[in-house]
Amino acid sequence: MTSPAPIPEPQEALKLEAAAVPALSIDGVSHSYGQRRALIDVSFNVQPASFTALLGLNGAGKSTLFSLITRLFGIQSGRVGIFGHDISKSPGEALRLLGVVFQPRTLDLDLSLTQNLLYHAALHGISRSEAAERSTELLGRIGLADRAGSKVRDLSGGQMRRLEIARALLHRPRLLLLDEPTVGLDVKARADIISQVRQLVTEQGIGVLWATHLFDEIMPSDDLVVLHQGKVLAQGPMNGVVTEAGAQDVNTAFMRLTGAQTMPGGGA
Amino acid sequence: MSSITTRDAPRGFSAQQYLTCLTGIVWREGLRFLHQRERFVSALVRPLVWLFIFAAGFRQVLGISIIPPYETYILYEVYIAPGLMAMIQLFNGMQSSLSMVYDREMGNMRTLLVSPLPRGFLLFCKLLAGTAVSLLQVYAFLLIAWFWDITPPSSGYLTVLPALILSGLMLGSLGMLISSGIKQLENFAGVMNFVIFPMFFASSALYPLWRVQEGSPYLYYLCEANPFTHAVELIRFALYGQINWVSLAVVAACTIVFMIGAILAYDPSRGLARRGPAGGEG
Repeated sequence: MTSPAPIPEPQEALKLEAAAVPALSIDGVSHSYGQRRALIDVSFNVQPASFTALLGLNGAGKSTLFSLITRLFGIQSGRVGIFGHDISKSPGEALRLLGVVFQPRTLDLDLSLTQNLLYHAALHGISRSEAAERSTELLGRIGLADRAGSKVRDLSGGQMRRLEIARALLHRPRLLLLDEPTVGLDVKARADIISQVRQLVTEQGIGVLWATHLFDEIMPSDDLVVLHQGKVLAQGPMNGVVTEAGAQDVNTAFMRLTGAQTMPGGGA
Repeated sequence: MSSITTRDAPRGFSAQQYLTCLTGIVWREGLRFLHQRERFVSALVRPLVWLFIFAAGFRQVLGISIIPPYETYILYEVYIAPGLMAMIQLFNGMQSSLSMVYDREMGNMRTLLVSPLPRGFLLFCKLLAGTAVSLLQVYAFLLIAWFWDITPPSSGYLTVLPALILSGLMLGSLGMLISSGIKQLENFAGVMNFVIFPMFFASSALYPLWRVQEGSPYLYYLCEANPFTHAVELIRFALYGQINWVSLAVVAACTIVFMIGAILAYDPSRGLARRGPAGGEG
């Protein structure tokens, strides 16, 4: 009565196998600063080729979580894995698969675009000639090829962010973390960056964790993790989270979940 | 689409990759230094003020007898030159530490620390880069001092190099160790007061220690225990083609201790983790 399941194509099989290992797995992670608990038993996964939005207000623990994933802080309890590599046990293997865009700007303003990229490549042990090739290619892709020799100081905020994303991709990571990357940018620059990152997901199969407090950056097809006061309140596909909260949209769902009164930056 | 490469990705790093990383960090530090002309100028002006003004005024007050490594009576300017070279490195080491605090606040330190290469190696590269910058400053100082009749034997310019590298590493790692404990940029004034000035004045940089001993035996012991004294003496002897073994041993030992301390302090599971978030919490 049931037809046998079709044998998956090799490409399909690879995808299926890859799906079994999450790009990022956060497993029971807690973190305290002295008495203050910043994260309480946080668990969620980011799949390869998916866009996961980490939604939370300022102070929800997003930056602490990023510091743990990037190994700036040591893990106090729980486990963080990047494609199955434990960040505490094999940090080198984990970090080489990870690209990060931090919330504060981390470019050398007095160096040129290319120099910034070459420095980053060196930190990943990428040879000079290979690095130069990749830099040219990436600068072309973000539309800044003609600015390669300019000082970063002369770029606009949106251009700097694009450069930071290009830099994070230089060593060809499979997982990309972005910590509120659109803060302080105008509407056009925001839209550019969001579409650029979404392209990475669909075209290159990169897993993306995008921390934000802006609801309009989330699309119905995204995965959603709602972080509030250090706890995960809800997670799953956005539609599911909204429906489960008995709400019509993310904004209302978030309000119901957190009991928040006002929505700073929300609903834009 | 590139396939998922986690399985067959090479593990570990080749020697070539370590070297690429090292040259990249030194290169970036050099570029930054070239862009900060004021830093270079002030790094030079500081010792030159001591040399041109302080030493000129002070030389009548303080007579220097013949002490090793000198074989003749020397001018006071000649005596303090090695101390000023060490001072350049002291300031440079502390300034690198300042830049690390700044980098940490601004997030630049994060880009360094998310490199997949071992963290101890990254910090060591950073130290070497800072030392390389201090060498540029010291040799520029020596060049100007040459016109001021401070003319060590020409081979001394070469023999002093290893001494300068070692003392640069020691002072740099001390700075790095201190930087891990500083939370904010403003605290650098404290570093000036509590580290740079005491280290510089309680040393053999400005006056020979036998002179100090005549005045105050306690101060003499303090100076003897000061690693900076030994950095100065190591440089002084090396500049005249000699090795001060005691100073060499002290500087080498201090370098190792400070460096291990700094690496531990930047170890995520021990150091920064204990303190709160470096930047804004969000």
